[in-house]
Amino acid sequence: MRKNLNVNGEVRVVDVPPDMPLLWVLRDVLGLTGTKYGCGIAQCGACTIHIDGRPVRSCVLPASAAGGAIVTIEAVGNTPTGAAAQKAWLDLDVVQCGYCQSGQVMSAAALLARNPAPTDEDIDLAMSGNICRCATYPRIRDAIKRAARS
Amino acid sequence: MTLQAPQLPTREIELVTDRRRLILGGGLVLGLAVASVKARAQTADPSRVNPAGPQPLSTDDVSAAAGEGFRGFAPDAFIRITRDNQVILIIPNVEMGQGIYMGESSLIAEELEVGLDQVLIAPAPPNEALYKQPLLQFQGTGGSTSIRGAWEPLRKAGAAARTLLITAAANRWGVPVAECVAERAMVRHTPSGRQTTYGEVVDDASRLPKPEQVALKDPSQFKIIGKMIRRVDTPAKVNGTAVYGIDVIRPGMKFATVQSCPWRGGTLRAVDDRAALAVPGVLQVIRLPDAVAVVGEHFWAAKQGLDLLKVQWNAGPNANMSTEGLWASMEQASNAARGAVAHQSGDFDRAFQGAEKRVEAVYRQPFLCHAPMEPQAAVVHVTGGGAEIWCGTQVPTSAQGAAAKILGVPPERVTIHNYLIGGAFGRKLETDYVEQAVQIARFCPYPVKMVWTREQDTQHDNYRPLYLDKISAGLGADGLPVAWRHRVTAASVTIRFVGPAGMRPNGVDPDAVEEAEDPVYGKFQNMLLDYVQWQPPEGLRVSWWRGVGPTHAIYVVESFVDELAHAAGQDPVEYRRKLLRNQPRGLAVLNRAAQAAGWGTPLPAGAGRGVIVQKSFGSFLAAVVEVQVADEGDVRLRRITVAVDSGITVNPSVLKQQVEGGILFGLTAALFNEITFERGRVQQSNFHDYRMLRINETPPVEVIHIQTNNPPGGIGEAGTTAAAPALCNAIFAATGVRLRELPVRRELLRKNARKRTLAPPIAAALGARLLTPAEEVRDERADANAANDRGELPLDGIGEP
Ligand code: FES
Ligand code: FES
Repeated sequence: MRKNLNVNGEVRVVDVPPDMPLLWVLRDVLGLTGTKYGCGIAQCGACTIHIDGRPVRSCVLPASAAGGAIVTIEAVGNTPTGAAAQKAWLDLDVVQCGYCQSGQVMSAAALLARNPAPTDEDIDLAMSGNICRCATYPRIRDAIKRAARS
Repeated sequence: MTLQAPQLPTREIELVTDRRRLILGGGLVLGLAVASVKARAQTADPSRVNPAGPQPLSTDDVSAAAGEGFRGFAPDAFIRITRDNQVILIIPNVEMGQGIYMGESSLIAEELEVGLDQVLIAPAPPNEALYKQPLLQFQGTGGSTSIRGAWEPLRKAGAAARTLLITAAANRWGVPVAECVAERAMVRHTPSGRQTTYGEVVDDASRLPKPEQVALKDPSQFKIIGKMIRRVDTPAKVNGTAVYGIDVIRPGMKFATVQSCPWRGGTLRAVDDRAALAVPGVLQVIRLPDAVAVVGEHFWAAKQGLDLLKVQWNAGPNANMSTEGLWASMEQASNAARGAVAHQSGDFDRAFQGAEKRVEAVYRQPFLCHAPMEPQAAVVHVTGGGAEIWCGTQVPTSAQGAAAKILGVPPERVTIHNYLIGGAFGRKLETDYVEQAVQIARFCPYPVKMVWTREQDTQHDNYRPLYLDKISAGLGADGLPVAWRHRVTAASVTIRFVGPAGMRPNGVDPDAVEEAEDPVYGKFQNMLLDYVQWQPPEGLRVSWWRGVGPTHAIYVVESFVDELAHAAGQDPVEYRRKLLRNQPRGLAVLNRAAQAAGWGTPLPAGAGRGVIVQKSFGSFLAAVVEVQVADEGDVRLRRITVAVDSGITVNPSVLKQQVEGGILFGLTAALFNEITFERGRVQQSNFHDYRMLRINETPPVEVIHIQTNNPPGGIGEAGTTAAAPALCNAIFAATGVRLRELPVRRELLRKNARKRTLAPPIAAALGARLLTPAEEVRDERADANAANDRGELPLDGIGEP
């Protein structure tokens, strides 16, 4: 299947099986390895990307169904909420191993874009699909609030 | 339909490789990290996120920088300074989230007088002679040993290098060394104000003899150590540019995924691969003795192919292995008349018989999977007579040796490029995944990236072993223990990992008794601790898991001390205070944690607080966990308070990170996790059935850092060792149900189940299982526990030493 994908503001032509999850298109075909594989079954959120600003688990999204503007962690810093989240993450030393953090930042940036002042419940709802094995959750919560204030 | 190989990234990477060569030829090392970051994230604007922050280099970069061709100042294994004043710090330990790039670079930079914003950080290549961990005695990262081992040597390295650079500058100016100072990679002659960069004097400094003795800074002069400074490895981890082993891309690389034999010790019998080979993009099916792999143009093709294989296995000796059977076998082993004695003092039997009260308990802990977020992966390119390997490993030298053995070549023919690790928790002390990738790559004419599925990662981990602990104590008139008897039965991780040389001569596995032998309270009176080594079935590999021995022992000791406090009718904090009379560091953290947690203040119905105090890895820590247990038995974490004294702390921010994450990591396991076997197969496979704590389940965590001038303790695991006992003690406070088996079983905590299973009045009130000479109280809860079919285990079986 030949397909045009709009990834991080560029049109990329890929030729991949229609059922190939976007995660593997990004990582193994386009070389955008910032988006991570953790579970492959929409359980961990490591593969979270944005499609038209909404957070999507790319490990279960077939390439054939991937339309719209795709933004990955490599470019989310170009969006105001992505940049704010990244900065807050560093200000509060959120990160440990970092492997989950691409997905965390993507989920947080999407949350902040649609809700500039999230409550604890909003954070729970938006972020509970993202596992962090290093359990950086308390700092993720604080960083989202800090980014919201900025 | 045609499939495209990864075209663009290959080009990008080639570009990077070319530039790297060019850049290195010119001796400018700084440029290449930036070049590689840019190429990998061409659409991102790196200026948005702290691009000036130091970026970890890959070993590719550093072996060029640190190798033969390096021109500049290379006084030791850790420091490289180029003529244009680029400072590269080679970090002996691997970064897997614990912040060691930060910790060890801080130690060197502090004495070298360079800013952390001025350095590049590179992982050490495999080299036992240069990078052997002083406490482990091999090149490895684990056991919370890194900072404890590096504290002196790395600061001395920094100080020696600084001395040489200052001397070189002073000589050039013809002024006394004493008139010169170093700061931010510059030397300044204070009286004249003249100054020079380190880079300008590297050639002179290289010719000077090494100083015999160097003076280390007084802690009052520290600019980096002990300060809240942000981690150096994190900017790249929030913008997608950090490269983990699983992210490596090599020119022409293909992708493999693998299924190992579902039965440990089993072998591959036959594979029908017709359907798999018909999948577009599938290139090869590779048969290994105990596994089968599919190689494709990308992971997805390989995975599709793998799913379509029709595989027949020889299940082998463990076809009927079950968790229940393993427990029965452990139980039998634990009844041995004799164990290997780890500690014996006084006369346990006499003191126990003469005690006012006697308390006994049996604790069980399950197999645990490491489940790091980054599944096991490695890129291997086997070339004539050797191999290149790109991966994350905690043991670069062992990985190199294991790969060389498979290939039948000397180790120096195998190059290891070590990368950031997406969580290890002990997993990457093993080299099985590297070995398997090498076995696959032997069949491939191109570099191949093996990526494990989460399912493979869960089911083919080397698990934390089962532990069976039988423990009894006699209490004196004041309620404090006068007799203490503890038998540990477990498979030996030490013997599997180190071999007999790691064991004590009498057969004690030091790991299995660590912190049971020498708890925070000091040794108990009339104490007898022994160890029975249980032989796991052939092929069942047990391994190190975060907190190692202490995670096991502190759960037992701190649960049991809690039981003793209740048996004595005393407050658990008060009771521990008495036991800590002569242990000021333990007492201090206990008091701080209890006070900050509001110990003793009222809680809503159904809530309870549990406390523990411990020392592990040279750090002292007390924790109070507050839970709410619903009538249906669900446990909710309300609040966590920790006080920690880790001695001199290199970075307080990293310390807090590690304690927060560490205790939540331990709570995750205690609440949810166990690996079980049925008919030889692992029952869990992914995060839906091996579940992780999530943000909505995470309570506020307060970490109180008590700074002391004791030598630095390890901190990556101390939070984890505290978790399970604090949780179970809190659940007991909330419900009266003492959980002696992990993970927490909600069915035991349902309100009506609680009533049914409560022991007779006195035990119900005090919540402990009492065995007084006058009245033997039977623990009926155990009977009601269907999962506990193994029944009450007679402590009489513990026997004489
Ligand atoms: S990899 Fe997509 S949710 Fe885990
Ligand atoms: S930082 Fe390691 S998994 Fe989240």
